[in-house]
Amino acid sequence: MENTNNNNSRRKFLKLGLISGVSVAASATLASCSSDEKLESGEKMRLLTPDGKIVEVDAVHLNKYPEAIITPKESREGIPNKKFVMVIDLAKCSNARACVENCQKAHDLDPHQEFLKIQLIQNNENTEPYWFPKPCYHCDEPPCVTVCPTGATYKRDDSIVLIDNNRCIGCKFCVTSCPYSARQFNWGHKASFDRKDIPYSPETSVPGAEGTVIKCDFCPDLLRQGELPHCAKACPNGVIYFGDKNEDIVTNGVDTYQFSKLINDRGGYRHMESLGTKPNVYYLPPVEKEYPLERGFEDYPEGKERYKDVPIVNKLKDQGKI
Amino acid sequence: MDTNIRKKALVEEFAPMLEKYSKLTKIWMGVLIAIILVGLYAFVLQVTKGHIVTGMRDNVVWGIYIINFIFFVGISYSGAFISGILHFYKTPWKNSVSRIVEIITVLSMLIGPVFILLCIGRLDRLHYLFIYPRIQSPITWDIIAVMTDLFACFLYLYLTFIPDLAILRDHSDRLNVPNWQKKVYKFLAIGYQDSPSQRERLHKITRTMSSLVIIMAIVAYSVLAWIFSLTLQPGWNSTIFAPYFIVAGLYSGVGIIIISLFVIRKYFKLDAYIIKKHFDVAGIILLIMALLYGYFTFTDYFSKWFSSKADDTKLLDVLFTRYFWAFIFANYIGILIPIAIMLIKRLRTIKWITFAAVIAVLGLWLNRYLIVVPSLETPYIPIQDVRPEFVHYTATWVEYALSFTGVAAFMLFFTFLAKFVPVIPISGIIEHEEMKAFQKKSKKVTKES
Repeated sequence: MENTNNNNSRRKFLKLGLISGVSVAASATLASCSSDEKLESGEKMRLLTPDGKIVEVDAVHLNKYPEAIITPKESREGIPNKKFVMVIDLAKCSNARACVENCQKAHDLDPHQEFLKIQLIQNNENTEPYWFPKPCYHCDEPPCVTVCPTGATYKRDDSIVLIDNNRCIGCKFCVTSCPYSARQFNWGHKASFDRKDIPYSPETSVPGAEGTVIKCDFCPDLLRQGELPHCAKACPNGVIYFGDKNEDIVTNGVDTYQFSKLINDRGGYRHMESLGTKPNVYYLPPVEKEYPLERGFEDYPEGKERYKDVPIVNKLKDQGKI
Repeated sequence: MDTNIRKKALVEEFAPMLEKYSKLTKIWMGVLIAIILVGLYAFVLQVTKGHIVTGMRDNVVWGIYIINFIFFVGISYSGAFISGILHFYKTPWKNSVSRIVEIITVLSMLIGPVFILLCIGRLDRLHYLFIYPRIQSPITWDIIAVMTDLFACFLYLYLTFIPDLAILRDHSDRLNVPNWQKKVYKFLAIGYQDSPSQRERLHKITRTMSSLVIIMAIVAYSVLAWIFSLTLQPGWNSTIFAPYFIVAGLYSGVGIIIISLFVIRKYFKLDAYIIKKHFDVAGIILLIMALLYGYFTFTDYFSKWFSSKADDTKLLDVLFTRYFWAFIFANYIGILIPIAIMLIKRLRTIKWITFAAVIAVLGLWLNRYLIVVPSLETPYIPIQDVRPEFVHYTATWVEYALSFTGVAAFMLFFTFLAKFVPVIPISGIIEHEEMKAFQKKSKKVTKES
């Protein structure tokens, strides 16, 4: 019962997300109108723009542009007038791993390849450990972009940092320069790399290429369609909020907040601010956690091995809780 | 005329070094080629199957390849530095070692960068570095610096070869070498006749090049150190890395020079040319470098330990547990033993000095390993992974095979070059003798007056 409710409300908010993404659609529509004239369906849709105006758009123009594949060259331009931002509510994370799995499925990753890693973090011996989902932070001062010798990785105006795997020579300097270990490498070959039916786009990161660097891409292909990234969509607890700093709005598909108010009211912070990389991923501190830590081990037996270096894991094992 | 007779005599003296390939040499070269063939197989495997055949994984993305790169380039840098300095001094003994040092410089500069290529996932896209260059990337700086340095070192080596090539050309009738080799001598000597004006010009150019080579080596090696120290990685982000790398490079380079002198002296029976004095002087440079290098190592780790930032502590913990013996060998034995050997007068024999050099070189390689690998194993965000190979790095046979291939290639090229041009510059011997004769004469003249 609770589940269906959740789904229903998510669908509604996806629509909301779509509307908030209308500035993209609108500008895209204008661009596409001039090149290929589409027959108007006559079915008008009324949408609310971020600045509170109601505009009328023909239904044909909605979501048409995003279906086009974004070539590596086009992917260097960000989505106009956007500044994407993610807020992760640590109080709600239970290590359900739906985000990881959905991301892996969408990006054709192997079971242990994770663009989004869930770490078990304990800040100091007096505080409780907590689950810490860690995507790429899409920094505003990205060290990885600075060190790339070929421009294979780049920062876009919409704050997204992408990798063009057609350009990457696999020197791995970006991997060593990222202080957040966000980047991975395609060490070997996979059959799916040879797929010809899907054209490669840095916005989808598929198909992959051997000997190149990969990482979380914030799913710009979905953003263009006004949808949330795969991780945010999948999270059963609504941990991951995603939105636009320019519009000052973030949503997890269920709840929508004013971004600036949310991080100010809830003590939002960025991980390792002192490094000066200016991440675009914010965390809400793990206060009044909704789930006990053990929950994270229930459906994830591997966790006992994976997080064994965190002292609490052995304690929980001794207590028989996991 | 007098010098011509002497030149002929010297060519005759050194001819056996160039002519015959003894049985021992053949076996030696056979072994080296065998190692290289295994390495080539490993390389083919790495190219066809991908980097999955190495021990490198997402956290430790650079393994012993980059360590070998630093190591070889460091030796080259040191060679350039020392041979550059030798050219400024008119010491009589410099001649016997200068060519050996120069050959080491060029060969290690040739082999070092190959290792950085082995780190690259897509060798087929290497040209992208030139098609889509980005000047703010330290890798681009490194490429520019290494290529310039390599070119300069080559030019420098060639300049020092010219007088000898001319002598070999002029007296090729005394040499029992294949005809093509004689033709190569003639071609490469570019019409050098050893006339006073030519000699002066060559000296001038060589001296200018030797100072340029020193500067270039400093630039190239600093840039290489920056590849590490410009990142935010704990353990790498250190202000002293550039000078530290330079001192370390000098240390290992002097070590390699001592080992090479020892081997060449034994192999070619050059006891008359490479004398105890060479080992003494090189040993003293090794001592100075050991002290400096030990000082840098100590400062770096001491400040990390004393200030005990959490991330540094994490790194030191790993160094003193998992890498305990490696750390002891690299940073205690590798520094203190050479110092002790050089300080105890009784131990200052050729054999012991060479032993100290071996310890120094091995220790330094291990020190580079400890800079690269444990730092990558302790990033800011702790590695939480169920795959053990992603948590800790162990080099695979492919990496070792290719590393030994680098060493073997170095030795093989050295053997070839030593078979092509005498390892002791004939022209240097003659110049030295001429200078001595001139000094005697002028002394006589002043006495008489």
